[in-house]
Amino acid sequence: MDKMPKWADIVLIPLISLLLAAFFSALVILAIGENPIEALKLMVDGALMRSSGWGYTLYYATNFIFTGLAVSVAFHARLFNIGGEGQAMLGGLGVALCCLYVPWPHWSLAILGASVGAALFGALWALIPAYLQAKRGSHIVITTIMFNFIAAAILNYVLVELLRPVGAMDPASAKFPDATHLPSFQDMFSTETNKMFRGAPANVTFFLALAASVFVWLLMWRTKLGYQIRAFGHSESGALYAGISPVRITVIAMLISGALAGMMSVNTTMGESERLILNSTEGAGFIGIAVALMGRNHPFGVLLAAILFGFLYQGGAELALWTSIPRELIVVIQALVILFTGALDNMVREPLEKLFIAMRRRNA
Amino acid sequence: MDFLTLLQVLDTSVRLATPLLLACLAGLYSERSGVVDIGLEGKMLAAAFFSAAVAFYSGSAWVGLLAGVGASVVLAVIHGLASVTFRGNQLISGVAINFLAAGMTVLVAQSWFRQGGRTPPLEGDARFNPIELPFAIGPKDAEAAGKPLSQMIAEAGPLQQFYSELISGHSSLVYLALLTVPLTWWLLFRTRFGLRLRAVGENPAAVDTAGVSVVWLRYAAVLICGVLCGVAGAYLSSALQAGFVKDMTAGRGFIALAALIFAKWRPVYALWACLLFGLFQALELRPDIIENVSGIKVQVQLLGALPYILTVVILAGFVGKAIPPKASAEPYIKER
Repeated sequence: MDKMPKWADIVLIPLISLLLAAFFSALVILAIGENPIEALKLMVDGALMRSSGWGYTLYYATNFIFTGLAVSVAFHARLFNIGGEGQAMLGGLGVALCCLYVPWPHWSLAILGASVGAALFGALWALIPAYLQAKRGSHIVITTIMFNFIAAAILNYVLVELLRPVGAMDPASAKFPDATHLPSFQDMFSTETNKMFRGAPANVTFFLALAASVFVWLLMWRTKLGYQIRAFGHSESGALYAGISPVRITVIAMLISGALAGMMSVNTTMGESERLILNSTEGAGFIGIAVALMGRNHPFGVLLAAILFGFLYQGGAELALWTSIPRELIVVIQALVILFTGALDNMVREPLEKLFIAMRRRNA
Repeated sequence: MDFLTLLQVLDTSVRLATPLLLACLAGLYSERSGVVDIGLEGKMLAAAFFSAAVAFYSGSAWVGLLAGVGASVVLAVIHGLASVTFRGNQLISGVAINFLAAGMTVLVAQSWFRQGGRTPPLEGDARFNPIELPFAIGPKDAEAAGKPLSQMIAEAGPLQQFYSELISGHSSLVYLALLTVPLTWWLLFRTRFGLRLRAVGENPAAVDTAGVSVVWLRYAAVLICGVLCGVAGAYLSSALQAGFVKDMTAGRGFIALAALIFAKWRPVYALWACLLFGLFQALELRPDIIENVSGIKVQVQLLGALPYILTVVILAGFVGKAIPPKASAEPYIKER
């Protein structure tokens, strides 16, 4: 018998963890001499009360949906892919090569091509750690960390030495051709009289992210492969006994994970900056960890958590603009969320389990 | 390349290897006890800030060091709570600690100093200044002779050059870090505590059966790790540089982790691994030297990535396989 009803596991525990993280964040804001309630008001005003605020919130959320899905697919196979950052960096390289060297007639074809490029580069960057984990037994967490740094070095080299236009100073590629410009929310939803999402970077990639969520849900819960990945994650020996190859599942799960992380850069590189820049990922690969943990590895949960983090990101930028609270407050909140929903999970879970068992005894 | 240039590069290597070595040994204690720590980076960063901040207010680098160690130990206790007491995922806890430090240092720095996430520059006794060993040529001799120090050293004999440039003139923390290597070896391989610490990382159930507390041993290891990371961070902000800047560890915690794997979790190997990675960092600052010596233009990006590439190769087991302690990252659940 389960120790807890399912709703408690899915809703109550993440909620309590989130409240704990919020409580400690409020303490931090108090400690640096600001008012947490005022701060929250500012964040809500800046991120949710205007359509342009939503445009930023959803732009960030798009990144976090991709990286969150990437981490969660790997989590299902009990693999901790901490290399989303590096896979997204290389994904950006894939996007840039697709956009710069293929003459696309229309953005709709360009986004498909760029997605394939991004997914391919991201997946390839995950393939080596996956192979090393499956065949050589080297721990995936360590290799993916190392691969983040190697990816940064490669990107730096490519941008400085190869892709930088002659005479340009900053390490960035040339601007992509106009045909690859993706429609932003402003282009899509504004009417003659009513400008919506003015100046916000949210673009059509958001719908690609939604499609990716549906794809991951179908894959994980409606296909044989998804079942095999989950079975492998539950028990490696059990999966082996059922004829599931650990090498195959490790490699495939990491390929999917890397591809999803890589596709994040369609949003940043093609949708926003329209050229490849050095730090386009901005840590989104790591936020994917927090998003996956909070979303309980389910695509719908990841979607909600990604929007929450998008709100925090945009709200944090507003705070930095209007108060003396620096943007790094978001990094602290992110750390607290990871700490409470991931590492200190048992701290929340054990007392709750005891409570539910006690309640059940009294009812019986 | 002449002898003096070689000495200068090696001198820089030692300076840059010191924080790596301290963090690497810190990780060694923790991982030998079965607690994986990818939060070395965060602990160093927190210590770098708090030591610089307190050194600035107190005017004493040693008081700053204590504060830095304190900050690092607080994070170590959080890691201990998550990985030992609540048997959580040690990797996720490490990730959380890195972000916590990255965010909190800037937040507090901004609140205290309002200089965009940095501390004011440290001067005088607020820094760990170079120690001049006996008979070495130092700034005072140069002043007495009325010549620049670099010229004095250039004119000296090779042995004196070696002694004055490479051996002498480091801050006390450099010598402390080097002494920690034999100390760690002795503690781990020649004492009862060390034997138990290593055993708890391989087979905690056996240690438990012998009536020794697994929880206590792992906390001890995690706390030692916190102290050493604290010294590493203090060295960064108040010896290597004069003050804290945002994200100043710049991946050093991960290079230390790489060095730990490269050294196969052994203290003396750790020294060589850190010196090697320190050399890479020194050469990254002087790419002209490699070009002069080998005639090949080496990309600085390659030098920067070399520690990580080497670690992946070692991990892959193509050259001398690195095998971690058996109970790494596994929480111990006592039987009831």
